[in-house]
Amino acid sequence: MIEFKNVSFAYEEGAKNVLSDIDLEIKKGECVAVLGHNGCGKSTLAKLMNGILIPTAGDVFVNGLSTRDEERLFDIRRAAGMVFQNSDNQIVSSIVEEDVAFACENLGMESAEIRKRVDEALSAVDMLEYRTHAPHLLSGGQKQRVAIAGVLAMEPQALILDEPTAMLDPRGRREVLDTVLGLNREKGMTVVLITHHMDEAALCSRVVVMHEGRIALTGTPKEVFSQVEKMRELSLDVPQTVKLLYELDSSLDLTALSVKECADQIEKYLRG
Amino acid sequence: MTNITLGQYLPGTSPLHRMDPRTKLCSLFIFIIALFMAKGPASYGLCVLFTAFAAILSQVKLKLILRSLRAIIFIVLFTAALNLLYTPGEEIFKVWIFTVTREGARIACAMAVRIILLVAQSSLLTFTTSPMSLTDGLETLLSPLKKIKVPVHEFAMMMTIALRFIPTLSDETNKITSAQKARGADLESGGLIKRAKALIPILVPLFVSSFRRADELATAMECRLYRGGEGRTRLHELKYGKVDAAGYAITVIVSAGVIVLARVFGL
Ligand SMILES: Nc1ncnc2c1ncn2[C@@H]1O[C@H](COP(=O)(O)OP(=O)(O)OP(=O)(O)O)[C@@H](O)[C@H]1O
Ligand SMILES: [Mg+2]
Repeated sequence: MIEFKNVSFAYEEGAKNVLSDIDLEIKKGECVAVLGHNGCGKSTLAKLMNGILIPTAGDVFVNGLSTRDEERLFDIRRAAGMVFQNSDNQIVSSIVEEDVAFACENLGMESAEIRKRVDEALSAVDMLEYRTHAPHLLSGGQKQRVAIAGVLAMEPQALILDEPTAMLDPRGRREVLDTVLGLNREKGMTVVLITHHMDEAALCSRVVVMHEGRIALTGTPKEVFSQVEKMRELSLDVPQTVKLLYELDSSLDLTALSVKECADQIEKYLRG
Repeated sequence: MTNITLGQYLPGTSPLHRMDPRTKLCSLFIFIIALFMAKGPASYGLCVLFTAFAAILSQVKLKLILRSLRAIIFIVLFTAALNLLYTPGEEIFKVWIFTVTREGARIACAMAVRIILLVAQSSLLTFTTSPMSLTDGLETLLSPLKKIKVPVHEFAMMMTIALRFIPTLSDETNKITSAQKARGADLESGGLIKRAKALIPILVPLFVSSFRRADELATAMECRLYRGGEGRTRLHELKYGKVDAAGYAITVIVSAGVIVLARVFGL
């Protein structure tokens, strides 16, 4: 679905590369979390995925189309929808449903078809009852879900989310995360989730860890998070369950990501 | 400040609320032409009646309409006074150097009525039409101008975005103001210049953040396939209905009546 082939990127010519030698393939229906400390290039990686930025070297392909091909940029952006951190700066209209309709309107669809898509997108994020509200009166989590609906309405195959929960309280985070993971599980939507929260990454099917513009680690959450020392080297944390087991005895099996698995491990450990 | 109301739109279901924004805009335009052709008491009377009829139809409280008139009372009195005193003609009475003439009195009354009706009708439009649908209406009505390269769609989009960001920015202004006050900024005391200077630490961050917002919004719009007005459709297509036919009919008949009364019969 999205493929990075030996991609390097610098914001200015001659400047230091922000990303170097990225090789990454995101398959259809995958749910990939991208982790890394501040400034390691996660947002830059995301912006390369739908042609907002064009690689300095190498190529990015979306559904086999190179993002260098300006003629196809429209199709690329339609296939890979992007949601940003600050929902306030993504909402265009003063009425929720008109905002969600924005992408469809740009596609030149018929009014009735737009209506259908808007209602579907708003139900998918559980915001249908707010369709005539003003966005500035909604909570942060609700606003972010409206922003997601606005992208869903163009029916993309992949959803790229750049720290969608960073500005939200725990409840708003939960709402947005449930929405996104639900889309992946129920509708088979490909999801790329950029996040700072290890517990969010633990819920994805694959984790990509970035460090200084390179991919440092990749694998299933269990594979990645069990390497506690390596993660510490990259100045990243691991989920609390793994941390607890690690502090208890670093030779334990560190693949427990849920509280239950963790409890089972501790029980086993205590019984010798 | 999250409960800020945009413009003075009052949601409702009256015939005037249900009317297409284009109908309301065109009717207002036609009525203004008629109003400026009115001459005598009969034609002005008809204009007043028409405005009263529209006000009743809109179900907007009289108090609110009067409040919007309060803002212009000074202008009305000022123009009336000027006309009253400086129109030459048949003298009615004279106080010191001021002469009040019959013509002056007539023109003063006519001017006052014109301004009041004009403002009353325009407020009825903004009371019964949301800013969004007003923008839509204007865009559609002005779209022929696109042929001569007037960026009508771009202006409408600018309006939409401005309306969307007014509450956000007003929120942000409050936050910055509090933040600067917490750092000891004094915004309330001192003369005009001192107070204007005190605004700089508020305006600069507001400006910077607006540019950042604009940049992010532009990216987000591109991600959602925006590429200008060409080939764009709307969720809510503007559609004329029965109310609009009635609206146009009444406006045209009344305006024609006013013009005939004024120009043919001189009333
Ligand atoms: N528009 C830009 N122009 C120049 N340099 C930039 C620009 N945007 C980001 N950078 C630089 O590129 C590097 C990577 O930035 P990026 O935003 O991709 O990091 P990030 O991993 O998303 O960080 P965060 O976790 O803070 O969001 C940083 O060193 C940053 O200073
Ligand atoms: Mg970032």
